[in-house]
Amino acid sequence: MNVRLYILQRATAAIMAPLVLGHLVVIFYATSRGLSAADILGRTRGSVGWGLFYGLFVLAAATHGAIGVRVVAAEWLGLRGQQASLLMWGFGLVLAGLGLRAVAAVVL
Amino acid sequence: MDRPSQRGPRQHTGGHRRDPLWIAALVHRLSGLALACFLPLHFLALGLAIDGEARLDGLLKWTANPVVKLAETLLVLLLAVHMLGGIRLLVIENAPWREGQKRLATGALVVAAAVALAFLARAV
Repeated sequence: MNVRLYILQRATAAIMAPLVLGHLVVIFYATSRGLSAADILGRTRGSVGWGLFYGLFVLAAATHGAIGVRVVAAEWLGLRGQQASLLMWGFGLVLAGLGLRAVAAVVL
Repeated sequence: MDRPSQRGPRQHTGGHRRDPLWIAALVHRLSGLALACFLPLHFLALGLAIDGEARLDGLLKWTANPVVKLAETLLVLLLAVHMLGGIRLLVIENAPWREGQKRLATGALVVAAAVALAFLARAV
């Protein structure tokens, strides 16, 4: 892992720490109340705040996860250079795409 | 004169794998990998809302299954332990060294387990 990836990995971790805490609070709230799809979407649809919160969360998680997968693949599978980079970019882009689609589904 | 060790000074004996901080690093890595595997499925499930409330409701009803509740509890445990372990690493790398890292790592696991059990208690 080069210095740029190392800094990105740590920066996204620092960004996500409060977002994970917030997400855990949301999970507890939603689970204990047995919310229906209508309840959930009624709160999230049209909400700029939830859109920004989860949009940032998705981008940080995709970046953090992709770099993490690259590191593990390099150390445990011996993947190096272009192969490792392809895996990182592929995984990160798929995760970001699916995540932003999910955010759009519950916010727009 | 002592004979040189057949293993040599640089070879690992495997003893480090019983060290709580080595186990904490392994737990951090495995929880991260598990979350990386789960996230695409989570996003695909939430994306069902694009097709309307009914499809998302169908998924929410499926999550009422006790087996799914247990799986969700495991996910909450993984998320909490990965977050707390990550915060410990960020503090180690960016703040002056503090003694008691083994205790902090164990504490992170205990707190994560408590969060997961609290989730399970509220969910059932």
